[in-house]
Amino acid sequence: MALFSGRDLACFRGGRQVFSDLTFSLDAGEALLLTGPNGSGKSTLLRLMAGFLRPNAGQMDWSGSTVYDDLASHQAHLQYVGHLDAIKGVLTVGENLRFWACRDASEQRLGDALDTFELAPLEQVPGRLLSSGQRRRLNLARLIAAPADLWLLDEPGVGLDQAALSALSEVIRSHRDRGGLVVAATHTDLFIDDARSLQLGTFSASNLPELVW
Amino acid sequence: MSLSQVITRDLRLALRQKSDAATVVLFFVLTAALFPFAIGPEAEILIRIAPGVIWVTALLSVLLSLDRLFMADYEDGTLELMILKPLPLELTVFGKVVAHWLISGLPLIVACPLIGLLYGLPLEGLGVLLLALVLGTASLSLIGAIGAALTLGARRGGVLLPLLVLPINIPILIFGVAASDSGLSGDPVKGPLMILGAVLLGMLFLAPLAAAAALRQAME
Repeated sequence: MALFSGRDLACFRGGRQVFSDLTFSLDAGEALLLTGPNGSGKSTLLRLMAGFLRPNAGQMDWSGSTVYDDLASHQAHLQYVGHLDAIKGVLTVGENLRFWACRDASEQRLGDALDTFELAPLEQVPGRLLSSGQRRRLNLARLIAAPADLWLLDEPGVGLDQAALSALSEVIRSHRDRGGLVVAATHTDLFIDDARSLQLGTFSASNLPELVW
Repeated sequence: MSLSQVITRDLRLALRQKSDAATVVLFFVLTAALFPFAIGPEAEILIRIAPGVIWVTALLSVLLSLDRLFMADYEDGTLELMILKPLPLELTVFGKVVAHWLISGLPLIVACPLIGLLYGLPLEGLGVLLLALVLGTASLSLIGAIGAALTLGARRGGVLLPLLVLPINIPILIFGVAASDSGLSGDPVKGPLMILGAVLLGMLFLAPLAAAAALRQAME
């Protein structure tokens, strides 16, 4: 019995079929890499897994029960790092991170999160002054500040320097050692060991609905 | 993330971007201050029109501030992450509306005695006017939250929002002005005040539910 699985998922966006008959399954400690060309539905699948979207067909299960029975509790044990970074320009790095940390997060844990992605020197810096790589690192720091079983990462490596990339793969490794799950959409090598891979199809004109002019 | 965190965060954001909140109260004071110049200085006329002017201006000021309620959080992805948090989205919405009222409703009420001075309103009636405004602007914020959430994904949402919200706001305007008028002329004010209170109670329950449902829709 897989911990997190999806069967025969299909998704339509704006009348276009993004993917169909998509099946995946993940056990504790496993990682799934979503690959495929631009527009093949990697982000859509991640948003589906996060419960922002509902599939037009198919089923998703978390430890044996369907996630749509209790979407809120499914969402409570996942962390999503997407393209939008939710960083407020007028709040400092520390304030931004603290808001997203879990309620009982200790100062120790917040310090860990800042240290891991080398944000500690920037703690008092307002969000609007961050570079795109630093914004990305602040977002990844949420993964440590608010622990969750399932990590959904949309292009987590974009804009990261070499040091941050290796910090990220180290963080992913220790998350999986604790039994955590990772699903990542990526074009770059994230150095994740023995990850499963899911190749999403290509965007094709045949998927487009008939246009009526 | 807890309810108090949502409120304090929005308040902190507003305090660091003071111009946003100042715009609303400035609009209120300036617009209300223009009427005596246009209409003339006759005391009876000014006292007669004062409650109407104050209420219409307050209503428009709240409307002016509504598109900011969810838009920034929607555009930068904050709303997505809020949905994932264990705090129910309805409570998150409630927290944001409370903060919105503290930022753009309460300053209007604080500025109101100034307008009263300008119009030569008797001090005895001012209490009822302020109480009615507290009840009314809170309802306006709550109803506005539904409209702001519904127009979130729409292009030209800024135009759609007043069209959607204004008709629902008219009863609040009518009973708000009725209460304020009665207060100034010494008539019983219980009836209109109770209706304003009832609308507020209903909206306290309904608005977070409706706005949260609309937000979930906008996320898709």
